[in-house]
This record gives sequence, structure tokens and C-alpha cells, in this order.
Amino acid sequence: MAEALGKTLAGLLSRISIPRISARGKALVYTGLAIVLAVVFMAIAAPLLTPYDPTRRAGPGYQPPSWEHPFGTNNLGHDMWSRTVYGARTILIVVGLAIAISMAIGVPLGLVSGYYGGKLDRALSMVMDSIYAFPSLVLAITLAVVLGPSLFNAAIAIAVVYVPTYFRMVRGQVLSIKEELFIEVARALGIPTREIIFKHILPHLLPTIMVVFSLSAADAVLTEAALSYMGLSVQPPTPDWGYDLYKGKGFVLSGYWWLIFFPGLMITLLATGFALIGEGLGEQFRRE
Amino acid sequence: MGILRYIAVRTALIIPTVLILYTLVFIVLRILPGDPVLAVLGTKNIPPEQLEQIRHNLGLDKPYIVQYFEYLWNVLHGDFGTSMIISGRSITVDLLERLPATIELAVAGMLVSLLIGVSTGFFAAVKRDTKLDTGLRVFGSVTYTLFIPWLGLMFQLVFAVWLGWLPASGRIDPDIGLVTVTGFYVLDALITGNVVALRSALSHMILPALTLGLVLSGPYTRLVRSNLIKALESNYVFAYRARGVRERRILLHAFRNALIPVVTYAGLQFALLLGGAVLTESTFDWPGIGTYLVEKVSYRDYPAIQAVVIVFAFFVGVISLVVDLIYALLDPRIRY
Amino acid sequence: MSSPTLAVEDLTVYYYTLKGVVRAVEDVSLRAYRGDLVALVGESGCGKTTLSYALLNLVPPPGRIVKGRVVIGGVDILSLRGDELRKARGSLVSMVFQDPFTTLDPVRRVGDQILEVLLEHDVPIEEARKRVAEVIESVGLSERIANAYPHQLSGGQRQRISIAAAIALNPRVLVADEPTTALDVVVQKQIMDLLDEIRKNTGMTVVLITHDIALAAERATRVAVMYAGKMVEYGPKDKVIENPLHPYTNALLKSVPDIESEEWPKPIQGTPPDLRNPPSGCRFHPRCPLAKDVCRRGAPDVVEVEPGHYTSCWLYAKR
Repeated sequence: MAEALGKTLAGLLSRISIPRISARGKALVYTGLAIVLAVVFMAIAAPLLTPYDPTRRAGPGYQPPSWEHPFGTNNLGHDMWSRTVYGARTILIVVGLAIAISMAIGVPLGLVSGYYGGKLDRALSMVMDSIYAFPSLVLAITLAVVLGPSLFNAAIAIAVVYVPTYFRMVRGQVLSIKEELFIEVARALGIPTREIIFKHILPHLLPTIMVVFSLSAADAVLTEAALSYMGLSVQPPTPDWGYDLYKGKGFVLSGYWWLIFFPGLMITLLATGFALIGEGLGEQFRRE
Repeated sequence: MGILRYIAVRTALIIPTVLILYTLVFIVLRILPGDPVLAVLGTKNIPPEQLEQIRHNLGLDKPYIVQYFEYLWNVLHGDFGTSMIISGRSITVDLLERLPATIELAVAGMLVSLLIGVSTGFFAAVKRDTKLDTGLRVFGSVTYTLFIPWLGLMFQLVFAVWLGWLPASGRIDPDIGLVTVTGFYVLDALITGNVVALRSALSHMILPALTLGLVLSGPYTRLVRSNLIKALESNYVFAYRARGVRERRILLHAFRNALIPVVTYAGLQFALLLGGAVLTESTFDWPGIGTYLVEKVSYRDYPAIQAVVIVFAFFVGVISLVVDLIYALLDPRIRY
Repeated sequence: MSSPTLAVEDLTVYYYTLKGVVRAVEDVSLRAYRGDLVALVGESGCGKTTLSYALLNLVPPPGRIVKGRVVIGGVDILSLRGDELRKARGSLVSMVFQDPFTTLDPVRRVGDQILEVLLEHDVPIEEARKRVAEVIESVGLSERIANAYPHQLSGGQRQRISIAAAIALNPRVLVADEPTTALDVVVQKQIMDLLDEIRKNTGMTVVLITHDIALAAERATRVAVMYAGKMVEYGPKDKVIENPLHPYTNALLKSVPDIESEEWPKPIQGTPPDLRNPPSGCRFHPRCPLAKDVCRRGAPDVVEVEPGHYTSCWLYAKR
């Protein structure tokens, strides 16, 4: 079983041609990658980077940034730097989980629907298009409300929002590749359908999947942040950027800018990082 | 003749989309949560007969199919039912009260995003391959991934708290007496000739519209830029030049050609606009449907949430229809 | 002989590309008179299109007119700048393009596009409107067509509209770049007939760019043959067709199917040269069956072999 998987993977990878890299695309990808990896590093090395426990009182509340607390403290006296670092874990887990589920459902459905066509395809497409047309945030909110606020449920809510994205993209590509001559040849040679789909069509989709992955990850970061901003994701005292931002909102008029600036900055940075990767990849693949 | 048929066909197409969404919403909000009554009242020890009574009052004990069609019927007649939390409060009334605020914000946000996006795209195309061009394109990319609450709150910090130029939240100063005719404060102020109210309403709208508009402007920059470049390199522009038309006019014509896809894109963006509006409203305490939704979410008021979602679905359908119609008006190739 | 409506002298146009300088047009000269139809023939890439753009001083970057004069109605177009140049286009010299499907603005009515040409040249609006109706009728279309959009018209109709826009201000010279290539043969005849009529009625000089020698032979009054950026032969149609001087002209004529001839058409050996590095001396010498040593060493001057009939070939050099 594992051997078969390994063989498939090797087969897939051998079919990917490394595209000619453009200077602008390169710059975008590397910048984005640097940002994302920095956040990942923050998440992994969190205990090493933070002197305080993010969920326990570390000093007087409402302290502006200082040497002891570079990002200040919040209303409960938590060290904001620690909360920011540990917050990376939360968001990465939710987004990672959500995108993984999304891809796991959307890509196969798109492949099958696109390849076989017919009534199933038409029905599925109509449903997917309707969901796709609907404001993603409102959809995520609705699902999160119904499922109840938790890390896992937030991931599911977000996953559902992006399934149509993957579905449509994969389906679209399958439809165009399906007509190519080499597929006809494969069919004429009697190669089993499953093999056609996975060994011959799927490899060509990989560049596009990578681009969509990055861009949907960027979007998912913003959606997750929005959900936790409304209290629909992880619950306190788990450190979470969106939730911290929500809490910070109450103190805008008092001028406690550090409660807003840092959590929001991290959200934006992570989303931008993913988006840059996606754009950079898109530029490169377009030049092929 | 062609255009009427086009309108009829396009209108008919909204129906399946909205129905599908209605069904999905119904499944998600009526069937999935299991027992919404328990979800809300939860841990309190209420005798089962009372629970049954509440369920019966809300119509939740009928079979799902019946509920599906009954609710659909009601909605088509404009009746969204009553709130589950605040007993007897008509959701329809609430929605109608808050709708103008959201529409005002959405329109303002859309205008700002078009203004920023189209002008940056225009200059990026005209000054192609210069530093300005690169700068504008980067600007367009970056603004798209800004987190709306963050941008909004930062604006509040800078412009309201530190500089004191603009108000931080709300729609209008509470102690200005404004007679509301339409519910659109800017219009009402104009109609009733209330200059003070007009200033207040406008100044309250600046930051939210700017926040929403800035974040949504990015894609327009890219779109306008590439379309304008394509138009300027086209054969008909060359032909214009050969006929001795002034460069300024040629630019205008090219621009007109380039703008057509912007309209379609604006329509596609509408869903994004609604989502962004929800976040913007909650950041600025703007009393619209967005904040209503957030409120109801925190109370788990399912009927209200269901109503809001349906209204949104309906709007998305209608706007995409309107966009298609505007597109048909602008591009004569579609009509004839 | 009256004075020429179009006089091109030593016109030279280079393209300064990243991969080198392309010598697209080199030292081309010709003269045309009232009512002439000058057919500019040659293979793809010989420079005829670039030459046609140069006649309006409209060579797109990275091209640049390096040298030469284009005198129309006493004015050297190449010396004009800014608004003067803009106004000269359309009023002194005008152009019709090859592809009627992309050379009209798709979102504006065709009548408005013609009207604009007039208004942009300071014609008062009432007069302009009348002229639009007039010129649309003169190209054989109904006046009501002015309200149509380009996509509602056929290729032939669109090309007529383009011609109408081009002649609205009665230019002295009309440059037509392969105006019928994208259209079918029946429409081609109609358009060519139209151009003949315009020439007869207004005395306009038409410069017809074409790769179709048969068409040139049929309609032209003068024929100019270009090869690799150089003008190799120029003269009255009858003389050039019946008595071609240059080996290239000869080969070109032989390469076209002739229903009356007993012989098969003979394609020309070899391929056109890369104009970044054109052959030394006479540019045709690598493919010329009559090439001699001197052809490789130097470029021949233009010689008037018989009245009005010019060629540049060592065969006819005065020594």
C-alpha cells in the first residue's frame, strides 16, 4: 500500500517540469516564503522565544511596550509578545487543517465530476457555484455558529467555504485537459480510468493546485481571524490573534495601540505572505 | 427586442441559485443544530412540557418538509418570522430598519474601491514599467490582504483618537435630530436640508468607507491596468492615430473599452463586498445588518441568522443580475 | 508631367531592437502622381508595411525614421511635429488597414467614428454631419449604416467604413495596407472597384501594399517592387510587368500561377535575409541566378533604364 503510494508520488513528481523562473516571480515567492516560514518558526519554537506563559498574568495590565514586555500587556496582564508568538500556533493549525480538508474533498470531486460529466457533474456544479457565489465570511460564520465555537469546528467551517474553489478550479482544468490528444490515446490503449485520472491528468494540475493552495491559505487566514474576531473560533484563554484584536477594540478610545497593532499586523503579514507565494507562483507558471 | 429577452432569461436564472442557497441554509440552520431550543436555553432546568410548548410556538415540531415550504412561503411574502430570543420581535422589522445603513456603507465602499482601483490602474498603465507602475501594483496587491478590522481600528486610532479629525464609530452624532425619511442618513439630511446632520453623517462615513474601499480596490488596479494596456496596443487605437485623432481622445476611447470588464468584476466582487461590510460594520459599530448578524450569532438566535443569510443570498443574486444588465448596456456586442 | 502628389526620397527606417538593429527600409525613393495606384509588392518582411507606416510618420517604437523625406502636397510629413503632424494625418495622407475586424472601435457606432475624424480636424459640426452621410454613400453603403456598431457589419462593410473614414477629409494620398487580404474574392473586387472609383472622382493617389502580384498587375498604374528593405524596381505597370528589369521582379512574376501560360510557376530559391545582418552589396545576390562578383561587393545605384522605369541592379549600371 505504502509502496503503491510511493510509486504514484514518484510518478507524479517526475512529470512536473520545473518552469523557467522569472525574476519578479522569484522575488515574490521568496518574500512570501520567508514570511510564512518565519511564522511557522514562531509556532514551533514558541516556548523558546517567550519568557512568559501567554495565559497567565505576567505583570500589571495595560502596560505599553517596554523592555520587559516588548509588545506590552493586555487587560489581564498577559504578555502580548508571548500571546502573539503562541497565537501563530493557533492560526496555523486551523488554517492548515481547513485547507487540508478542503483539498481532500474539493480536488477528488472536481476530478471525478469533470472527467465523467453528465447529470452528476451538472448538479454538483450548480451547487458548488451557488456556494461559491455566496459571501464566504457569512457562510463560515453560519457554520461556525451551528457547530459551536472550537478550533476544530472553525477549521471545518472554513474548509466548507473553500471546497467549491478547489472543485471549480480542478474541474475546469480537467475539462480542458480531457480533450487533449494524449488522453484520447490513453483511452484508446485501454488504460483504466483511474490511472488516466491520477497518472495522466493530475500531474498537470499540480502547478495550478499549488497556486490556489497559497491563495486560499491567504484567504483562510483572514477568514479564521474574522471568525475569532467574532468569538466563533478558539475560546479564551488560548492565544489567538483575532480574539486579541477583538479584545483590543474595546481600548481604542483609550489609545492602547499595542493591543491592536501587533495582533492585526501578524494576521495581515501571514495572509500577505501566503498571497505573495501564490502570486509569485502564478507569475512563473504563466510564463511557461 | 434582444435586450428584453436577455433580461428575462437572466432574471429567471437567479431563481435556481437562490433556491439552492435557501435549501442549504435551511439544512444547515434548521436540521443540523439538532434542537435549537436546547442550544439556547441549554443548561437551565426547564420542564419538558414547557420546552415542548416553546418548540410548538416556534413551529419547530412540524416535519421538516412542512417547515421548508412554510418558511419559504412566508419569506416570499416578506415575513421572516420572529426572534427566538426577544419573544415576539419581528425579524422583518429589524431587517428593514437596518438595511439602509448596510446599503449606504456598501455603496460608499464600492465607490471608494472603484475610485482608488480605477485611478491607480489608469496611472499604472499610462506610466507603464516605471517605478510608479511597480509601486501601484504592489500597493494593489498588499491592500487586498489587509485584515479589515485591523485597518479599521488603526484608522480609528490615528484619525479619531490621535488626530481627532474624524469620529471613531457610529453613523451619526447621537444628539443631532435627524428626521429619517428614507433611512439613508445622507439622503435624509439632504432632503430635510439639515446641514449639520449632513456633515455628521458624511464624516462618520469616511473611515468605514475608506477601510472597506481600500481593501477591495486591489483587483481593479490590476484589471484596469492590463485592459488599458491591451486597448492602447490594439489595432483600432493605431487606426485612430492614423486618422489624426488627438492622443487625449484616443486615451479616452481606450479607457472606455478597458472599463467594461471592470463592471463585471464589480459584480463578482459583490459577495466579497458583503463579507467585508459585515466586518467593517462590526469594527465601526455601524448599525447595519452586519452588526445585527454578529449580535444574533452571539445569542444563537437561529431564526434571525437564517433570515439574514437568506437576505444576503437574495442580494447576491439580484446584484449579479444588475451587473449583467449594466454590462449589456455598456458593451453593444452583447445586446444585438 | 505635372508635379507628383507623393514624393519619397531616400527613406530609411531602422528598428532598434534588443537583439540588434533591423534595417527594415533602406534608401527608398519613388514618385506618384494624381490618380495613380502604386502597387507596392514584395515578400513578407520586405519592409513594405514599415514603409507604409513611414508615409504617415507613424512608425511604432522601437522603429525610427533615420533619414529621408516624404513630400505630400508640398509638405514633408517627416518634418512635422506635434499637432501639425496629427492634423496632417487624415487630411493630407490617410491609411486603411488589413484587418477590418480589429481596426474599428468596437464600442462606438461607425458613424461617430467617421464624424470624429472630421471634428478632430476642426470641421464645423453641421458640415461634418453632412460629410459623413456623403462619404458613407460614396463607398456604396446606405446612410443608415452610420448608426450601426462594427460587429453588426460584415467584413466588406467594415472595410468600406474604414475607407470612408480615411477619405472623409479628401487626402491626397491613401495608403491601403493589404485591404482585401482578409476578405473573400468577390468582396475584394468590390473594394478594388471602389478604390478605382475614388481615384477617378477625386484624383487621389492610392498606395496599395500587397503580396499579390496578380492583383497588382490587374489594378495598378505603377508598380514598386521591394526586396529586403530596398526598392529594386519601380515603374509604370505595363513596363514592369511586360519588361521586368530586375531579376527579382522576373522571378516574382514567374512564381505566380498564370492561367494562360504553359509553364508551371517557379518558386524563388532560398529565404529572405535577416535584416539585422543583410547581405553585403546587393541584398538579393545570394538568391540571384545572375549574380556576379560585383553584386557582392557593392550596392548598385538606382538607374532610370527607360523613362519613368527605375531599377537598382548591376546589370544596368552606367559605367
